Amino acid sequence: MAGYVKNTSRPSRDASSKSQRGTEESPVIKWLLISIALTFTLVFLLLPLVNVFAQAFSKGWAGYLKALSDPDTMSAIKLTLLVAAISVPLNVVFGLAAAWCIAKFNFRGKPLLITLIDLPFSVSPVVAGLMFVVMFGLQGYLGPWLDVRDIQIIFAVPGIVLATVFITFPFVARELIPVMQATGSDQEEAALSLGASGWKTFWYVTLPSVKWGLLYGVILCNARAMGEFGAVSIVSGHITGQTDTMPLRVEKLYQEYNAAAAFAVASLLALLALVTLGIKTILEWKQEREYELAQLAVPEPDTFVPTSTK
Amino acid sequence: MSIELRNVSKKFGGVAAVNNVNFSVKEGELVALLGPSGGGKTTVLRMISGLEMPTGGDIFIRGERMNDISVQKRNIGFVFQSYALFKNMTVFKNIAFGLKIKKWKKTDIHDRVHELLHLLGLDGLDKRYPHQLSGGQRQRVAIARALASKPSVLLLDEPFGAVDAKIRQELRDWLVTLHTDLNVTTLFVTHDQEEAMEVSNRIVIFSKGNLEQIGTPREVYEEPANEFVARFIGVLNVLELTVQGGVARYGELEFPALDRSDGSKMRIGFRPFAVQISPDTSAYRCRAMLRHTFFLGVMLRLELELPSGLTIRSRMTKEEYSALGLKEGQEVSFIIKRYRILRGESEPLSPEIHSGDTAFSTFGAGI
Repeated sequence: MAGYVKNTSRPSRDASSKSQRGTEESPVIKWLLISIALTFTLVFLLLPLVNVFAQAFSKGWAGYLKALSDPDTMSAIKLTLLVAAISVPLNVVFGLAAAWCIAKFNFRGKPLLITLIDLPFSVSPVVAGLMFVVMFGLQGYLGPWLDVRDIQIIFAVPGIVLATVFITFPFVARELIPVMQATGSDQEEAALSLGASGWKTFWYVTLPSVKWGLLYGVILCNARAMGEFGAVSIVSGHITGQTDTMPLRVEKLYQEYNAAAAFAVASLLALLALVTLGIKTILEWKQEREYELAQLAVPEPDTFVPTSTK
Repeated sequence: MSIELRNVSKKFGGVAAVNNVNFSVKEGELVALLGPSGGGKTTVLRMISGLEMPTGGDIFIRGERMNDISVQKRNIGFVFQSYALFKNMTVFKNIAFGLKIKKWKKTDIHDRVHELLHLLGLDGLDKRYPHQLSGGQRQRVAIARALASKPSVLLLDEPFGAVDAKIRQELRDWLVTLHTDLNVTTLFVTHDQEEAMEVSNRIVIFSKGNLEQIGTPREVYEEPANEFVARFIGVLNVLELTVQGGVARYGELEFPALDRSDGSKMRIGFRPFAVQISPDTSAYRCRAMLRHTFFLGVMLRLELELPSGLTIRSRMTKEEYSALGLKEGQEVSFIIKRYRILRGESEPLSPEIHSGDTAFSTFGAGI
C-alpha cells in the first residue's frame, strides 16, 4: 500500500479546532517537538543541500560550466546516463514480472521470493559490489573463464551495470506489488473472458491500472541508479574517463582538492534528487486522488431500473 | 443442449471443490446454481467459463467439448461478482472492449454499444468512468459488456450480491425481463434461495461440492431430494423422536414408529404450513405457547414454544390469524399434518406422510 498509506499520516482536518483532545499533548510539548523536528531538518537536510549549490557556484556561472565541461567529468556524466538507461528498463521488466507473479499467483516459496527481492535493501552496497568481484573478478569463480574469452566485467562498464541493477532491483517491484495486490485479478479475468490474449490483457488492463505505481518506481529506481556509490565504487576500478560515474567523479574531484568542481557535479545529482522528489510528490498525489475517486462511490442513486425495450 | 457437464470434478491441491457433477442446461434456460458458500457453485460456473479447468470430466457447450478450449475462444459472457469493470476506461470502451478484440468494424462497434446502452437503460452514460456510476449502473455495464459480442451463454457470479435490498428486487425482475427478451442461456450463482426461486426456471443445488438436486423451484420446494435441500429451501422444523412402546414420541407428540425398536431415535421434518393451530386448547392433543408472531406482509410467521422448550415455526395468512383470534402469549393446541422422516443430510427423504386431521389420532391414518 506504499502509495496509499501516506493518506493516513495526514493530519486530520479538524485537528485545528481549539478544544484539546485527550490524545493531544499540551501546547508546550507540541511546539517543542515541532521545533526539534524543524531544527533537525534544517541543519541536517536543508543547509547541506543549499551548501552544495553555494559551493558549486563559488566560482560563478563560468566556473560552474567549466567544471562540468571537463572531458573526464563529461565522460562520467555520459557513463552515468548509460548505466541508468540500461539498468532502469531492465528493472522495469524484472519488477513487473516479479510483482505480477507475487500479486497474482499463489505458490510455494512466495515469502522467500519477497524476502529475496528485498535483499538489495538489506545488504550493504559495498558487500554487493564485493559479491560481483568474487563472481566475475580475475580471482573469482567465473573470472578465469571470462578472461580466456576476453570478456571483462569487473573494472568495466558491464560490472557497473550489474552492480546498479542489483542495487536498484527492489524499487519497481516494491512499488508494484501492493498496487497489483489491491487491484486483484478480476479485471484481467474479465479481459480474458472477453477474448483478449494474455499480452493484450497486460497491455490494456494491467499496465494502465498500475501506471502511477510503475512510474513512481521508475523514478526512484532511476534516482538510485544515478546516485549509487558503494557497489559501483568496488566494481568500477575508478579509471578516470572510462569507469567513473558521477558519484565516483565527485569523490575523486574532492580528493584532488577541487572542491568547486566536485560540488558542481554534486549539484547535478542534487538537482536530480530534487526533480525526483517533485515528480514523486505529483505522482503520489495523482495516485491518491485516483484512489479516493474510486472509493468515493457516491454518484447519483439508482432511481431507475430499465424495463428492457425491444 | 446448451451446456452439459459430465462427471465434472475439480480439486484444488488435493481438496475436492466439486465432485462428479452431472447436469445439463437447455438452450434459452435461466438456471440458478444455488448453495451455501463453499458449496462449489462458483467453481462450476468458472469451469464452464474456462477461467478454471476441471480436473476430471467433460464440459460441453452447444455439443462441443470445451475442456481444451481456452476461455478466450469459448464465446461466453461472464459477469463478475465485483463487476470487474476496467476502471481506466469509459463505459463505452468497457462495453466495446470485447468487440475491439474481435476486430469488429468501428461503425458496428458504435452501433452495438449504443444498442446495448439503450437496452440496459444506460443511455447518456457512455462517457462516464466506472467510479462515476452507482452500484446498479455498474452491474448493468458489466452485463452489457458480457453481452456485447453475443455470447452463447451468459454466466453471472452472485449478480445481486453487492447492491442494496431495494435495488436487488428490481434487478431480479429486470434480469427476468432481459432474459425473456434476449433468450440467451443464462446461469447465475447465488446463495440466496429466495432469489433462486424467484428468478430461475430451474435450480441446481450444491453442497460441499456435490450436486444435491436439480429441478424447477416448485420441485425442489415440494419434493426435496434430501434433508439438505429440504432445510436449505424454505424453512424446515426438525424434531428428534424417541421410540417407546412402538410409538415415536416427542413429548405429547406421537408418530408411527414404523417397526423401529424401542429406545431408537428417529428424526422428522415438516414445513411451517404443515402445522395447524387452534386457539381451543383441547382441539388437538398437543399444546404449545404462541411465543411470537411476526408480520411479513400478507403472511404471518408464528413461533410455538413446546412444553420441552423447543420452538417450532408455523405460517398462516393474516385472515386466518384474525379468524382464529390468536394472540401472542396464548396457550394453543396444534397438529402436524404432513411430515417426512429424515435419514441424514444427503440421504433421500421419505415420501410425505399425512397424519389424520382429527384430534387425538396423530398416527395411523394415511401413511
